[in-house]
Amino acid sequence: MNAESTHMHEENYLKYQGKFKGLLGWIFSTDHKRIGLLYLYSIAAFFILGAILGLMMKLELIAPGKTIMEAQTYNGIFTLHGITMIFLIVIPGIPAVFGNFLLPIMIGAKDVAFPKLNLASWWVYIFGAIVAVSSQFMGDGPPDTGWTFYAPYSFKTNTNMLPAVLGAFILGFSSVLTGLNFIVTIHRMRAPGMKWLKMPLFPWALYATAWVQLLATPIVAITLLLVVLERTLQIGFFDPALGGDPVLYQHLFWIYSHPAVYIMILPAMGVISEILPTFSQKPIFGYKAVVFSTMLIAFIGYFVWGHHMFTSGLSEVSLVAFSFLTFLVAIPSAIKVFNWVATLYQGSIVLKTPLIWAASFLVVFMIGGLTGLVLGSLATNVHVHDTAFVVAHFHYIIFGGVGFAFFAAIHYWFPKIFGRMYDAKTANTGWGIFFIGFNTLYFPMFYLGIKGMPRRYFDYLPEFHGANILSTFGAIILIIGLTIIISNLIKSARNGEPAEANPWNGVTLEWKVSSPPSLENFEEIPTITKKPYDFTS
Amino acid sequence: MTQQIHRDDEGSKLGMWLFIFNELLFFGGLFITYAVFRYVHQEAFHFAAQELDVWLGAANTVILLVSSATIAMSISTIKMGNKKLTLAFLAITLLLAVVFLVNKYFEWGAKIEHGLFPSSAMLAELGAGDTMFYGLYFAMTGLHALHILVGIVLIGIVLLRVKNNKTTKDNHQIQENVGLYWHLVDIIWVFLFPLFYLIA
Repeated sequence: MNAESTHMHEENYLKYQGKFKGLLGWIFSTDHKRIGLLYLYSIAAFFILGAILGLMMKLELIAPGKTIMEAQTYNGIFTLHGITMIFLIVIPGIPAVFGNFLLPIMIGAKDVAFPKLNLASWWVYIFGAIVAVSSQFMGDGPPDTGWTFYAPYSFKTNTNMLPAVLGAFILGFSSVLTGLNFIVTIHRMRAPGMKWLKMPLFPWALYATAWVQLLATPIVAITLLLVVLERTLQIGFFDPALGGDPVLYQHLFWIYSHPAVYIMILPAMGVISEILPTFSQKPIFGYKAVVFSTMLIAFIGYFVWGHHMFTSGLSEVSLVAFSFLTFLVAIPSAIKVFNWVATLYQGSIVLKTPLIWAASFLVVFMIGGLTGLVLGSLATNVHVHDTAFVVAHFHYIIFGGVGFAFFAAIHYWFPKIFGRMYDAKTANTGWGIFFIGFNTLYFPMFYLGIKGMPRRYFDYLPEFHGANILSTFGAIILIIGLTIIISNLIKSARNGEPAEANPWNGVTLEWKVSSPPSLENFEEIPTITKKPYDFTS
Repeated sequence: MTQQIHRDDEGSKLGMWLFIFNELLFFGGLFITYAVFRYVHQEAFHFAAQELDVWLGAANTVILLVSSATIAMSISTIKMGNKKLTLAFLAITLLLAVVFLVNKYFEWGAKIEHGLFPSSAMLAELGAGDTMFYGLYFAMTGLHALHILVGIVLIGIVLLRVKNNKTTKDNHQIQENVGLYWHLVDIIWVFLFPLFYLIA
């Protein structure tokens, strides 16, 4: 290697000019860091779309009866809100953005195992997103089934279902390819000396997630393909009129879509497991227990899908079995929470923005988790099934859990990714407003659900008015907080103070490389001798 | 940037195996659907299966098994560095795959001619059991045929790579991966054949 090329590879990845310049240098880049950012920008764009749709739903619900839109428009909006938020944001979410950016660096590698496949995953993602969103503008009106595409309505409705279903099918491929890539990367490319139990916890979480992506996604892929065949050829598997069974659809759908919840939450837990040791300057409590519970959650997560179907007419034996398994999955989740809290205990706590997000993650995740047990027990489930209670529960888990962890992650790794610091004061203010807005928005929905307000209705009885006003008010506060947070990040990415290589005094490998990292991450692949969270030196 | 080109054959093989797990679960969804409807409509499945041409199905089974053997032999010969034999074995595999699809074409054609296809008036008359049987028959063998088509393209690519000396004695992981894929397609058929043709 001559002097010139040495210099070229030391240049940071944001500045590096490859074969293509400008935008093309990004969308055709096989560098895992650039691909991570491509995902970040596309996911952020879709998130703003999804959030606006959510706000519109809340505005419709500010008063009983028709407020700002027709019932059918509301149906279309909650469907698109669900499809965007689930398939385009939280499922790829943390693995696609932070996994891509950080996994190779954290295990001491120069890139993922298959960089071209990695770029292809992003292209497949964009293609799937275009197909899914195109459903809004073609044919006979936007899809109105909700994101679950339940049979038989999904092939009886005249709305434009095909692109929505095909879009979800295509997005599945992107997810599978990312998972496959990560598994091979972790198996083959760990730095010398990094034995399995010396690997940091975020890569561990990505590893468990990748297996779920790989082994659960194909089930929903084939199911969605069958819905396409139902619509085009009337093949009849899910159509009671032809002798098919709509409950079979629910089984097949949830065999994937429950593990998909773990595709969302496991990486989020991984993020929290990274942040807490750094900001308490102390090794994670019970490293092995956290690793073990991660794998256990991924495994048990496959066997609990029936708890989405407690009112679909399953046999009593399967109801009890599914309920029991659902309680079982709460155990490894609780193990994690206890370990996190124990990590903070007697630590040298530095209360900075990432820790504030991580700590509030614990609060909202606990609320979401405990209300999950209400839904997991048979008797209470029947009472609150398909009510606003369910909506509140999964927003506490998905938006509260995954969303808070995502914001924790972006505030934690921002200096590494962009090489600049953000304005911490504005970031904390944004968090405060967001946190208040979040709880004001979703907490009243628990109450509404218990009182019997069904989900997915654009109208409600007059006695639900008060709590709904509160909830809409919360939505507005949340959007204000979100605006502050996002604009602060955008501004800081451009003009923030230059960041040091290790602003938080972290000990995992990503803090040992420059901020932003050079094109190849490491000049020399490190050799690992110590455990991942060793703060002694 | 020569130092970026690194090869990890083991990693590549691991990736292929993971993809195969993924494919197995993809078909798995259909196998579950089959199990459910076979359980519900046992008698209808029994009689419907008698309508299928066992000999054509058996011929296709033999064709695929032989093609699996030939692609395995092509991998052995590339390892010995025998380009000529490798090309011959790959060409035979390709030919067998095409013959399989031709058989399938006639088989499907005959069923459609008899009015046995999803949403046909004939199936509506025969009832739920037959509707499910033929729905599964077309969905599962159709998805399988699609995999054969993809296989034909992949084997064609490998053939060209061998011809242009891109796949060689020392660099044949792509060929091995295509071989793995082809065995997967083969083994799925080995399960489809008894489930549709031999249950009568």
